[in-house]
Amino acid sequence: MAKELKLMKGNEAIAEAAIRSGCDGYFGYPITPQSEVMEHLMIEKPWETTGMVVLQAESETSSINMVYGGAGVGKKVMTSSSSPGISLMQEGLTYLAGAELPALIVNVVRGGPGLGTIQPSQADYFQAVKGGGHGDYQMYVLAPASVQEMYDFVFKAWEIAFKYRNPVMILSDGAIGQVMEKLYVGPHIPRWTEEELRKNAPWASCGKPTSRDHNIITSLDLDSAKQEEHNHKLQAKYREMEEKEVLFETINCEDAEYIFVAYGSSARIAQKAIQLGREKGIKVGLLRLITLFPFPKKQVAEFSKKVKGMLAVEMSAGQMVEDVRLAAEFRCPIEHFGRYGGIIHTPHEVLEALEEKIIKG
Amino acid sequence: MFNPDIIKPENLVYKKTNVLTDAVMHYCPGCGHGTTHRLVAEVIEEMDIQDKAICIAPVGCSVLAYNYFNVDSLGAAHGRAPAMASAIQRMFPDRHTFTYQGDGDLAAIGTAETIHACNRGENIVIIFINNGIYGMTGGQMAPTTLIGMKTATSPYGRTVELNGYPLQITELLAELPGTYYVTRQSVHTAAAVRKTKKAIRQAFENQKNKKGTSLVEVVSNCNSGWKMTPVEANKWMVENMFAKYPIGDIKVDGEKVKK
Repeated sequence: MAKELKLMKGNEAIAEAAIRSGCDGYFGYPITPQSEVMEHLMIEKPWETTGMVVLQAESETSSINMVYGGAGVGKKVMTSSSSPGISLMQEGLTYLAGAELPALIVNVVRGGPGLGTIQPSQADYFQAVKGGGHGDYQMYVLAPASVQEMYDFVFKAWEIAFKYRNPVMILSDGAIGQVMEKLYVGPHIPRWTEEELRKNAPWASCGKPTSRDHNIITSLDLDSAKQEEHNHKLQAKYREMEEKEVLFETINCEDAEYIFVAYGSSARIAQKAIQLGREKGIKVGLLRLITLFPFPKKQVAEFSKKVKGMLAVEMSAGQMVEDVRLAAEFRCPIEHFGRYGGIIHTPHEVLEALEEKIIKG
Repeated sequence: MFNPDIIKPENLVYKKTNVLTDAVMHYCPGCGHGTTHRLVAEVIEEMDIQDKAICIAPVGCSVLAYNYFNVDSLGAAHGRAPAMASAIQRMFPDRHTFTYQGDGDLAAIGTAETIHACNRGENIVIIFINNGIYGMTGGQMAPTTLIGMKTATSPYGRTVELNGYPLQITELLAELPGTYYVTRQSVHTAAAVRKTKKAIRQAFENQKNKKGTSLVEVVSNCNSGWKMTPVEANKWMVENMFAKYPIGDIKVDGEKVKK
């Protein structure tokens, strides 16, 4: 397959991937630091080439409900936003999960709480993996660490979203969204024809042929016994994702006595900290999370039996560290380090935290 | 005694449309929802667009509308139906996407979605049932509740001081250049039912001709919420609701109707 080399921002890579992956519709609202997603789409005008619809909505609330509507008729639809906007979308996310609809939501995280700041942060981990909206539900959450992964994960998102009929979130951050890197893009995958849509998404409410009953997309069931049954079905789906769809990467872990656990920007910073540590004779490796839900519980548990300690590195006050501790069941010391509120930690700070909090312990 | 002659085709004077399912409706006896459902379904059947119709049900009394309309349907979050319909109709331009919403859904929680869908001139049909109350949740005050009207959350009657004015959202939407057809009807008499059906037909015809947004408001009763018999409720509606929400076309073919 011919690959083309480009230089792009992470946000632009999301937009480019949307067009090239056969996305049918993007619905968004401007917010820093992700506005380049919609800007790039408006410049590219995919409605003239692939037929993809791009629409600027009046709010994030409206964007996510446009996504909900589009998903309900079987289209490949997406939105992107940043933290405060994603908070507004929580209603739509729980409806998507409840109605079992495939969709892609990109969160280019900025510092919070509240209006916070426009600089990078990883403080939306809880919101992304623990629900955010109401009810028992999960999204499949991918954490890109490069512009290339911003691009690649859009394709991955469609695969998972339609396989499981579930919303997928790409949880990025302001650094990955804004940084410009080289990336390889592949050829265009055509949008589904109506025939393909009806075959791939027979549940879609896209117009009732005489050959079948009417389809209904809803998250409502007033009969609580049926609602519990529906919840069981959802939980089974999430357990299947945990069984089959966990993604992670291990770097310098073969001989490691200490492990950094990190994702996204923090994983890249941790890689540099590994280099600095190894220069000082500290055997440290990195477990880089690619999926945040499902969380690589087994891998963390295995490491916890072998290493002297783990440091969860994240640009938050300590969110992912809770899942690391749960999976490790306190078999080894586990501490958190991270700058937050829009500050990015340096590799030196990360190494120093390992030495102070774990090694000297 | 059963007379087989009655079922001869030439004797057929009325038949339930197959665009309504056989599900038993949950609406209160005397409520306008059932009649309005039938009219929408009959129009879809007569225009032969059942395979192209997509219904967006709201949150409110008609939350289960998707069980009654025998067309592909989606249940919206409260107030968000016009946003959903916008996206669907843009991605499936040959379909007939319509929303069916109450006054709380359309004129309170969904105000932004309603105004912006209309302002973009989305090629959708909006059926708007205005009975001045939140029926499903037990009769609370709605944006369209009249001054002095008693509800569960205005137990001494709505006052301007506490609650502001009844919202004439339909007149407001008619001001937007994106709306092509805006009308207000009712279904309390046989004549009114016929006019409403004509209006609904016009709305779907406009959509077929890609004219932009068409909105049909149906001023209705809520005998349960208003604590009246159906007959009393209709009488009260004519005397009070119609004074604030006068029946008739507000905008036709993109032009405001001169009073």
